[in-house]
Amino acid sequence: MQSSGPDLDTVPKLLIRNAGAIGSRPAMRHKDLGIWQAWTWAQMLEEIRAFSIGLAELGVKRGDKFAIIGSNRPRLYWAMCAGQALGAVPVPVYADAVADEMAYVLAHAEVTLAVVEDQEQVDKLIAIADRLPKLHQVIYDEPRGLKDYDHGRLTAFSDVQSIGRKKLASNPESLKQWEAGVAEGKGSDLAVILYTSGTTGHPKGVMLSHRNAIVSSRNGNAFDGLGPHDDVIAYLPLAWVGDHILSYVQSYVGGFCVNCPETLDTVVEDRREIGTTYALAPPRVYENNLTLTMVRMADAGAVKRKLFDFFMGVARRWGEKILNGEKVPLYARLLYGIGDLLIYGPLKNRFGISRLRVAYTAGEAIGPEIFRFWRGVGLNLKQLYGQTEASVYVTAQPDGEIDAETVGRPSPDVEVKISEAGEVLYRSPGVFLGYYKDPEKTAEVLTPDGWVHSGDAGFFDPKTGHLKIIDRAKDVGRLKDGTLFAPKYIENKLKFYPNIREAVAVGAGREFVCAMINIDLTAVGSWAERNGVVYASYQELAAHPQVYDMIAQHVDEVNRSLAEEEVMAGAQIRRFLVLHKELDADDGELTRTQKLRRGHIIDRYSPLVDAFYNGSTTAQIATEVTFDDGRNGTITARLAIRDVRPYPAPAAKLERAA
Amino acid sequence: MRAPSSNEAALGEVLLAVEDVSLTFGGVRALTGVSFDIRKGEVRAIIGPNGAGKTSMLNVVNGFYQPQSGRITFKGEVRTSMRPYAAARGGIARTFQNLALFRGMTTLDNILAGRTLKMHCGFFWQLFRCGPALREEVEHRRRVEEIIDFLEIAAIRKIQVGRLPYGLQKRVELGRALAMEPDLLLLDEPMAGMNLEEKEDMSRFIIDVNQQYGTTIALIEHDMGVVMDLSDRVVVLDYGRKIADGTPDEVKRDKDVIRAYLGEPQ
Repeated sequence: MQSSGPDLDTVPKLLIRNAGAIGSRPAMRHKDLGIWQAWTWAQMLEEIRAFSIGLAELGVKRGDKFAIIGSNRPRLYWAMCAGQALGAVPVPVYADAVADEMAYVLAHAEVTLAVVEDQEQVDKLIAIADRLPKLHQVIYDEPRGLKDYDHGRLTAFSDVQSIGRKKLASNPESLKQWEAGVAEGKGSDLAVILYTSGTTGHPKGVMLSHRNAIVSSRNGNAFDGLGPHDDVIAYLPLAWVGDHILSYVQSYVGGFCVNCPETLDTVVEDRREIGTTYALAPPRVYENNLTLTMVRMADAGAVKRKLFDFFMGVARRWGEKILNGEKVPLYARLLYGIGDLLIYGPLKNRFGISRLRVAYTAGEAIGPEIFRFWRGVGLNLKQLYGQTEASVYVTAQPDGEIDAETVGRPSPDVEVKISEAGEVLYRSPGVFLGYYKDPEKTAEVLTPDGWVHSGDAGFFDPKTGHLKIIDRAKDVGRLKDGTLFAPKYIENKLKFYPNIREAVAVGAGREFVCAMINIDLTAVGSWAERNGVVYASYQELAAHPQVYDMIAQHVDEVNRSLAEEEVMAGAQIRRFLVLHKELDADDGELTRTQKLRRGHIIDRYSPLVDAFYNGSTTAQIATEVTFDDGRNGTITARLAIRDVRPYPAPAAKLERAA
Repeated sequence: MRAPSSNEAALGEVLLAVEDVSLTFGGVRALTGVSFDIRKGEVRAIIGPNGAGKTSMLNVVNGFYQPQSGRITFKGEVRTSMRPYAAARGGIARTFQNLALFRGMTTLDNILAGRTLKMHCGFFWQLFRCGPALREEVEHRRRVEEIIDFLEIAAIRKIQVGRLPYGLQKRVELGRALAMEPDLLLLDEPMAGMNLEEKEDMSRFIIDVNQQYGTTIALIEHDMGVVMDLSDRVVVLDYGRKIADGTPDEVKRDKDVIRAYLGEPQ
């Protein structure tokens, strides 16, 4: 299925190819009413074609932009292809975006039509309709609750398909016309605009051509040998480039099946039923699964716990070596085999990952502990470094060359270099066309000879030859006395404790480093239950003195590990507090892909930051919050600030000083 | 693309009429001469302070209590006494203030239990689970799955109800009542003990049930915001007597209602 050619340079062309070449193989599945429904490539072509011709009847033309809003459902993926077949450009939007955010993106992209999942999205669009003068048509998948709405500009997905099917039946020419339209598409055409949820300022619309997406997908498939017999599950946001490339373009290129879960809450069960073979997910997913495992084990009986601990030791010692195909003694192999039977196998089965050949973590740094845990139990977890601007793939770890701290070698067709300032630059056929309607920003990032400034600071590890990412280039700062301060590095160390969900390190231009911490409700809640700590709300639990004690211990351990590193020893945490609310994308504190928006957080919590540096032991804070339904409220709290003792700098440095 | 307002349900014919109903337990007068009606397709709220007789009223409607006097007309049929079983047969389903689920059974089985009255195959067929019994069961399962999808509880389909948080148990109970495909759905404090988010979800479901299936709903609720938003008409009870009846706005302004809730000005 890796055949390429000038006639296969757009996604709709690949669809027609697949419907012919592997027409009877499953292309998509969706669990509906508790049963997996499947569509073969041939059936999917029919569905997409009907919708596409229906869209054309509704007036969609080449070059039009249309929004895709909702969770991972076959019809939303079909809509992307149906629009592309007409030369229109899909703009997938984060479905959980609050109205304001959505309004900005849709207005900026000048969408004329939106294909949405259900009433919730329709309501959101109604609320912002006056800011979107160009939007004239909304198509919905799920009719529930929409019966009494004014259907002037609102159409059901199936009705659009009926329009298309009627047209096909009444006019035999229309099929040829549609196919001619598909053939007219070129690889250099704009295929999709993906808005990146920037950590600063407004989101930027990354324009990818069909060629960008297809070449990158072809390389991605070849790298890990993905073909028609593979299965993936699609549950990450449609607007995330990882999902767009893997669950859409790579599937069309490689001919593998994409499975849509019943709901977001059933992903684990659904994955288990399908037995997916390939995965790409942010570290958070692996982190959550590990936290869940640990929490459950803490509640298990003594025998089970002993068994688990023993075999986890075996996994830590031998698991990775066995996975890497290294030589290990026979008894270790035997012991690991027993462990696989008793612990690792059932554990992997529980999460539906027994059949996974390759799993990637991407998007952020993953905790080495988490990484080793999953590799230890036999999951081929690898690191990948990608960006929207690169159609995902920049570097990836080849099988057998795995390291918890690096992100691997440049992917096929990708060149990577490090600028003098230490920034990672790359160039590849997947490199984007530019930011939509923003030539200035494009010029900042994309050089005339095709190199992209990634914005990440990194270097090639001399030992492994792999790329290593330190932090966002612009986030690396210095303390007042000139000590290097890499906030993300410190935050990641903190976040590797299951009790800590999120951490924000402050210190650029200040005397010392302080940290604001978010506890993990699952882990700390379970601890509270076991230790008889009573609490009524997140806020109350977060402020509990015993929770503070626990976090203080973690901070202390982080300081000890920082003290061991010469460059970082000066940036130990001196003071910390536990935040009264979870950082939330709805409040603009995280991006939609759950990255910290550091600048915004520091502004928002400036009373806390001030309190850190004026020596107070408590701080008063009132924060505006946005609830899930978009309403606003205020949370006020008085937070305690704790001091932590730093460790002395490494001995080597002291000797030199003396 | 305009969203509809919730209170514009066209008022249909009278589905259930309560006339001059009185109920006493020994010397305690739970209800005294209460009359009101529920029209087809509306959301009717029964409110009142604690001990006003709201739950007693629901229990009278679904035949659990027998009133000493008064008449109840349901779907045009007059009756003075009725068994809960007959009420269920006749198309009245309910949920309870303090949950009455089969705690050891899964969500799916609980909701399937709601279909019991719709099973037509005899014991023999069901025992062997073949032929018409199998076809019937598949059909019932499909209906139950639709309800599961409707109430967004797919993730807890196979989980024992006793292990679920309270808010979800309430939703399962609503699911079981819906499985009966009732003409009249009685909800006894559907939102008691819920947090704000759960309340919003539940409100959404109640509105959707009313609009999608056209089910007539009578509900008891303490949260005034919820009552005012959801219901088409409200009847107010105090010490077993009806003190007001009308649209939410009318009721809100009624002097007797304000006095019952806030007490007599000194």
